[in-house]
Amino acid sequence: MLKIRKPQLNLLEKLTNATAVSGDEGAIRKIVRVEVENIADEIKTDAMGNLLVTKRGKGRNRLKIMLAAHMDEIGFMLVNKESDGFFQFAPLGGMDPRQLAGKPVWVGREKVPGVIGAAPIHLVSPGQYNSTIPIASLRIDVGLGKPNVKVGDRATFATKFLRMGDSIRAKALDDRLGVAILIELLKNAPANIDLLAAFTVQEELGLRGAKVAAHALDPDLALAIDSTPALDFPVHDGSENIRYNTKLGAGPAIYTVDGRTLSDPRIIRWLSETGDAKKIPYQYRQPGSGGTDAGSIHISRAGIPTGSVSVPGRYAHSAMGLCRIKDWENTLNLLHAALSDLSPDILKEAR
Amino acid sequence: MKTDFLKSLLSSSGLSGFEIPVAELIKEKWASLTDELDQSALGSLHGLKRGSGKGHSVMIATHMDAIGLIVSKVSGEFLHVANLGGIDIRVLPGQAVIVHSERGDLSGIIAQPPAHLLPEGEAKGAVALKHLLIDVGLSARQVARKIKIGDTVSFATEPTEMSGGLLAGHSLDNRASVAALTLCLEELQSRDHIWDVWAAATVQEEIGHMGASTSAFQIRPDIAIAVNVTFAKGPGATNWETFELGSGPTIGLGAVNHPFLHQQFKELAEKLEIPFGIEILPGRSGTDGDDLQISVEGIPTIVISIPIRYMHTPVEVVATKDIQRTARLLTEFVAMLDADFLEKIVWDD
Repeated sequence: MLKIRKPQLNLLEKLTNATAVSGDEGAIRKIVRVEVENIADEIKTDAMGNLLVTKRGKGRNRLKIMLAAHMDEIGFMLVNKESDGFFQFAPLGGMDPRQLAGKPVWVGREKVPGVIGAAPIHLVSPGQYNSTIPIASLRIDVGLGKPNVKVGDRATFATKFLRMGDSIRAKALDDRLGVAILIELLKNAPANIDLLAAFTVQEELGLRGAKVAAHALDPDLALAIDSTPALDFPVHDGSENIRYNTKLGAGPAIYTVDGRTLSDPRIIRWLSETGDAKKIPYQYRQPGSGGTDAGSIHISRAGIPTGSVSVPGRYAHSAMGLCRIKDWENTLNLLHAALSDLSPDILKEAR
Repeated sequence: MKTDFLKSLLSSSGLSGFEIPVAELIKEKWASLTDELDQSALGSLHGLKRGSGKGHSVMIATHMDAIGLIVSKVSGEFLHVANLGGIDIRVLPGQAVIVHSERGDLSGIIAQPPAHLLPEGEAKGAVALKHLLIDVGLSARQVARKIKIGDTVSFATEPTEMSGGLLAGHSLDNRASVAALTLCLEELQSRDHIWDVWAAATVQEEIGHMGASTSAFQIRPDIAIAVNVTFAKGPGATNWETFELGSGPTIGLGAVNHPFLHQQFKELAEKLEIPFGIEILPGRSGTDGDDLQISVEGIPTIVISIPIRYMHTPVEVVATKDIQRTARLLTEFVAMLDADFLEKIVWDD
């Protein structure tokens, strides 16, 4: 079994503290390249910025397996500078406007410090106390003087990685957890397959990088590795929470149905049976909306058998997420074990 | 301006009624700057810097408490909280916090549960405080062992320098003023002054100025200055109550502010060429000044304020030069207090 230890934690720290808002994923591309260039058989950045890394196995009848993890994170773009020096901004990726006010941010590649403020509560009319401050009313404030900031720069929440006991608090766990797992799988690649790793771009804008990556890689089978919300909170009236999506601590979340993809049943079986056989805990993500890179991959070319596995995480698409280290480790191990056991016969099974 | 001390104040806890951690820091700093240092029954710090004259004293009050949250219920992995002071619920979801438990500080996140787990009517708009949760990333068993009702919860935004000599962080209200008063005490070390100066770091301002009223009773100063923060202009804050960030301290005008003191401060700032604003405070000021003024037989009082952006959010922003200007104004005011000053405070009838 593979372990999450200090080197893996340090790498996730580096990956989550780096900023890579959709369309500007260079900082992550650079970190990944350094991690895998010595072990890759091929490594290239495609026209969109996807980093495609090939690690070939040995022997005959090797399946070409595409594993996709997206490098981009949600964030903002500065869209207008006002006469008083404040910047209007647009969200990149899905965001709840209620998560924005009162947060520190990093602007641009140099991480210029700024804040998204809010009018003092003392000056707010009582009728507004309980209403959402619309994004149109919020501004990014980068201070006085001449900070190195301009319209078109991207910004992220200024959240630093923090270990909290058995948990991790960081921004962009969606999907740096997937990126970290994919790097680890490349470093421990099973010999029975050709591993085609796609570190994708622009997932948060509609699974855009994965579309062209799948076309280029033309795999026999594909998996998206992501992080999906754990909504395992108490219900206000004390009733059972039957819409939790996933639960923290319950292991990797195998997708059956999401908003974009009906996972290939053979892949669901394969992953579940691996978990059962190896005694790796897993859970099924509750069928529902949302999507992963699988949404683009499975309808690429003439169709590609595809599934998704996610590390459960709370508070995705906000300033900071929370995950359990054990879920990360179990996700890595489920994927590693499943890939190591994979036979080309899977494609001959009935769907 | 050296911001180390202010940053340490911002990084320290000390919510209203629970000021010990921040009081300890201030005590340590003021020990060498004052001739006597004492703590009131409610926990306010009183530092006396003796003047060369006999008897007259000016009290400069800066509250050291901060707004925050307090654990009201432990529920499995999660905590329910109530507010300590004027919290804006609209800035709470997704904030980094620190839970101060007897077993040590624990980092956490303020969680906003998804709409489908909330009552109808909470799905839109700001989610009520009673439905927000604190998640410290621990199991229910660990949470039960470490956290109890009454533990306080502070914001955890780190103090951050911003372009143009700005500092962002939580609790600049009112630790920015504590820093200004401390700077004033430092400047007074090499200045002659006749009047005694009582530096007060007061408690419980955010829930009703309990520290100021009791400290003024105990100290019985001849005049009192409340130093607090006021509103700097920013998104959604543009009316007559707001001042440009970095435009200098404000001098209060209105019922709480003695007209003579107002005039003296104004003339002094003009003479020193310290930029300043006039803060119109028609009735109560919402500061320690309200209670200083009505202590004992009544104390001539003035409110001096430092403009900050985004007051009562975890990302308040101050221009450090305004802290320096406020300190200088206070120092020069103390230095100009002569033996006859009190007799000049008369009503212009």
